[in-house]
Amino acid sequence: MHDPLKIAGVELSNRLFVGTGKFGDHSEMKAAIERSGSEVVTVALRRVDVDSGEENIIEDIPNSVQLMPNTSGARTAEEAVRIARLAKASGLGNWIKIEVISDQKYLLPDNEETIRATEILVNEGFVVLPYMSPDLMAAKRMEEAGAAAVMPLGAPIGSNKGIRMKDMVQILIDEINVPIVVDAGIGKPSEAAEAMEMGADAVLVNTAIATAKQPVKMAEAFDLAVKAGRQAYLSGLGPTRVTAEASSPLTGFLNSTKG
Amino acid sequence: MSFYDQYVKLRDISYDENFANVTDQDVERALQKEHLNERDYFALLSPAAEKYLEPMAQKAHQLTKQHFGKTMQLYLPLYLSDYCVNICKYCSFSLDNDFPRRRLTMDEVEREAQVISDMGIKHILLLSGESHTHSSIEYLKECLKVLKKHFSSIGLEIQPLDRDEYEELVAHGIDGLTVYQEVYNEEIYKDIHVKGPKKNYRYRLDTAERGCQAGMNAVNIGALLGLDDWRKESFITGMHASYLQNKYLEADVGVSFPRIRPHAGSYQPKVDVQDHNLVQAMLALRLFLPRAAVNVSTRESPTLRDHLIPLGVTKMSAASSTEVGGYSEPNETQSQFEISDERSVAEMKEVLKQKGYQPVVKDWQMV
Repeated sequence: MHDPLKIAGVELSNRLFVGTGKFGDHSEMKAAIERSGSEVVTVALRRVDVDSGEENIIEDIPNSVQLMPNTSGARTAEEAVRIARLAKASGLGNWIKIEVISDQKYLLPDNEETIRATEILVNEGFVVLPYMSPDLMAAKRMEEAGAAAVMPLGAPIGSNKGIRMKDMVQILIDEINVPIVVDAGIGKPSEAAEAMEMGADAVLVNTAIATAKQPVKMAEAFDLAVKAGRQAYLSGLGPTRVTAEASSPLTGFLNSTKG
Repeated sequence: MSFYDQYVKLRDISYDENFANVTDQDVERALQKEHLNERDYFALLSPAAEKYLEPMAQKAHQLTKQHFGKTMQLYLPLYLSDYCVNICKYCSFSLDNDFPRRRLTMDEVEREAQVISDMGIKHILLLSGESHTHSSIEYLKECLKVLKKHFSSIGLEIQPLDRDEYEELVAHGIDGLTVYQEVYNEEIYKDIHVKGPKKNYRYRLDTAERGCQAGMNAVNIGALLGLDDWRKESFITGMHASYLQNKYLEADVGVSFPRIRPHAGSYQPKVDVQDHNLVQAMLALRLFLPRAAVNVSTRESPTLRDHLIPLGVTKMSAASSTEVGGYSEPNETQSQFEISDERSVAEMKEVLKQKGYQPVVKDWQMV
């Protein structure tokens, strides 16, 4: 089945994006990334030692993947912009996942600042993927600003609670024309499948893989779940019914009076 | 509104009676909750909770793994100056302790920075005694010029400053502020801080808040355990952290649990805070504030530190020197207090790896 996801001209055959934080060690992270089959990997610039190569996290990310540095730690649009420029200058490429978080208690993204950072960085030629709270107007403004994809959270980051924002995310899937990548909150492979069945273009998973007892096996489980969910979406899911419908108590009379 | 208004209410609680009244059911209820309120936190600090340390530890471990991952941030303290104008009963830098005082020159700052940086450490915490002459804003700004070349995060643990002074230092590269109240009990505070500007309880209490207002990325607070009843001091510390978290959403609030250590002077701790007490205080805080950073220094022994790793700790120091110039020329002068864990950065990294933790030396980027 040839069903590539295109972001900024890059053709991706795997719809699982993965993160690099929270792993117990780098070799485990590397093995998990490889087993996940992921082609897009996000890394926090705050964790990258841009000066020295010693134990540098970048060394343990397979060369074949598309790097997506993120602006974790930014509290404002200006900080996100400076981090993005530094990432580019350090040779990490021109994809950038914007994370602007001004709340350290729940780590919820600040949509307003994120929109501003998106506008600036798109103008500077970055491929911008903003992480956001699912809100239609905010997503539309990011799309208008030139975001290459929009990344709504399914639930607060690291919460492993699943797609709690289901209805809001569904609205973005239905209304936004750039790819929707569900980022944050996905705790189980079944929830990744659920996002894909809803029609999300991809999902990003970090905590659930990195903190699993066996991260490498969990990475594979997510890969399979994302593929299953995508195939189910493409196959056209049947409508869900709460109860069986053997008769039509309210409209049955239409048949008996017909003719 | 300052935390002092809350402190005044917290001060008047009858702690002994309320702690004694906590039941097993109260503790179990707190353990089952996802979001704990202050009553739950209080219950977890009670004597009744002592038999629940294992389930508390399991939950603390799970929450920390979920929010921080299997990682441990490593940092080192860097002492700039031991000149101090205060007389404090528990500290070796106290004005009445007679020893040759010293402040690092810029060449010496450079040498210390090089030694720390060669250990592979990127986060440092600057310390000094309290002296507006010796640890002046101008001096600190000079130091920052040198240090910024070596480190990606620079925290400050010196005398409390005004908000505009913090703003100036933030603009020059400081991103974190550590300030321990030492003891929240105002009467004991005034007794052990015999002389000097540190006697001003209220100014010190509001320091973390001024840091938040000045745009510090991280603030770290704590009580020096052993100066008063640890349950009560821990409770007020947690309430202070919660107050800061709620009021300053942007600040990354952290808590330390320093226990009083041997020092030059005759003052003896009032309360013996045992290992299981320390563990209970740390676990209760983690369950109450799942996202707060928790810091353990080399004050504690290697064995205890190793056991604390999976109990909610997110930051550890290593190979620390608590004397001025102690990295490039060890044992030349008075240390602030004796450290217990003398293992090197490389040894600490190995311990962490064996326990399945990734040692993180860089987790911040100055921009």
